[in-house]
Amino acid sequence: MSTTKELTCVVCPNGCTIAVELGADGKILVDAEGKPAIKGSVCKRGDEWAKQEVENPMRTIASSVPVSGGDSLMASVRTNRPIPLGKVMAVMAEVRGRTVTAPVAIGDVIIANPAGTDTDIIATRNVAKAS
Amino acid sequence: MSEKKGIQTVQRDVVVIGGGPAGLAAAIAVKEAGVDDVLLVERDRVLGGILNQCIHDGFGLHRFKEALSGPEYAARYIQSFREKKIDVMENAIVLSLTGDRVVEVSTRGKLQYIQAKAVILAMGCRERTRGAISIPGSRPSGVYTAGAAQNLMNLENIMVGKRVAILGSGDIGLIMARRMTLEGAKVESVFELLPYSSGLPRNIQQCLNDYDIPLFLSTTVTDIVGKGRLEGVKVAQVGEDRAPIASTERFVPCDTLLLSVGLIPENELTREAGVEMDPITGGAVVDDTFMTSVPGIFSCGNVLHVHDLVDWVSMESEQAGQHAAAYVKAGAKPAAAGAAKVSIKPGDGIRYTLPQSVSGGQDFILSMRVTAPWRDRTVVVRNGEKSIRKKMVRLHPAEMIRVKVGKEVASGGNAMEVSVE
Repeated sequence: MSTTKELTCVVCPNGCTIAVELGADGKILVDAEGKPAIKGSVCKRGDEWAKQEVENPMRTIASSVPVSGGDSLMASVRTNRPIPLGKVMAVMAEVRGRTVTAPVAIGDVIIANPAGTDTDIIATRNVAKAS
Repeated sequence: MSEKKGIQTVQRDVVVIGGGPAGLAAAIAVKEAGVDDVLLVERDRVLGGILNQCIHDGFGLHRFKEALSGPEYAARYIQSFREKKIDVMENAIVLSLTGDRVVEVSTRGKLQYIQAKAVILAMGCRERTRGAISIPGSRPSGVYTAGAAQNLMNLENIMVGKRVAILGSGDIGLIMARRMTLEGAKVESVFELLPYSSGLPRNIQQCLNDYDIPLFLSTTVTDIVGKGRLEGVKVAQVGEDRAPIASTERFVPCDTLLLSVGLIPENELTREAGVEMDPITGGAVVDDTFMTSVPGIFSCGNVLHVHDLVDWVSMESEQAGQHAAAYVKAGAKPAAAGAAKVSIKPGDGIRYTLPQSVSGGQDFILSMRVTAPWRDRTVVVRNGEKSIRKKMVRLHPAEMIRVKVGKEVASGGNAMEVSVE
């Protein structure tokens, strides 16, 4: 017995509808040549994303943290790699308590390894010291 | 240098109005095309426009082949802009624009007139408000446009509410549903008047489904309730005529209502300059050089037609900048001066096309939106016997379609038509 599951790919704004054939064990079926039963994506990244989505959905998140002594009040931040969807709230709990001091440069690590996700929260905005 | 009302008039080759993604890309393209005398005028204190508050990622996948946040995407263009030492006036507002391209600019303590050979309009768009869609009820605090709430949360560190309802499933509304959830608010529901969402499918997934936020289609807000602070909204399903069905009305308690009900190109200056407008896009009518009906005035980005991806804004604006530079270099004459223009008409299933006419002398990108969602259709661009057919798996009004049209199809005849088959 197999079931078809339709996923909406979140890799890019194309938002492909990807259909995966799942076996009774909840895993994607594989044909005799080892090709997984994934249909509908226009790129390879979609296939990989679908595989990941079935096993353990991953997401990127973004937020803003207050900056002291800067020419802007806030610096935007994001995860530098996707994190498990189930860890999003735990990561956000760490981000919410965080403040930084100017200057801030794009790419600066604001929080290393939040909630044990083996990722970094990095700055996505340059904030100079207030003149 | 001349004088007007005792105030000096400065001469400039190109003036770009607006320093968001469209204006930045256009100004850079003008400079790269070899026209050095270009000035960009920006109303805000910083460049980057709306990208500065769009902190989520997904920008730049087409332009840079990677997923950037809005501020990072803007920073790349701002850096390039600075490196090219392009003149800029920040904290400066354009008060008026004439058809012969005199730009009236006000900055703190100073008013000046600029006579430009070419003007590039890149003012972007603004949000439709409660007033624009006439929701009845009282006037409590707690009713925001989604973008205003995004600005307050992401740039000003102000949390706008705890229990949220959202009207409209446009992308900004969906992004804010997730953003407020991540910051600890409870987002009750998203309501959409239309029978389909107007946001990107990926945002339905990653902003609503991921956090179990329900989306109610064919449903709208019928009343706003509360004194002082919002206490809740009444919602009702709508019929095919989009009128609320009274028997379905229910009360949704909330302290905040976000409106994501559409964007309006900000074209006050454009109209003032006497530019012909397209009633469907809300922007100027342009040809394939992005020139409007007024010679020397060009338009690009969201002030021309509302885009869903900034990547296309940048690419379109680069072209507008190149054409404006060519116009100036050719002695302020259109490159294809005198050539008969071929008009492009939206046919079955097409809401609008852009440009609305072409000179036929060059390949160009035809942008369009469809009138309703479909699957497995073909977009057909026809010019007499010649045609281009593009098969599409999924067509959606929220997703702009771009088709490259070769000059062999664009030339000759007097009207092209685009339709969905």
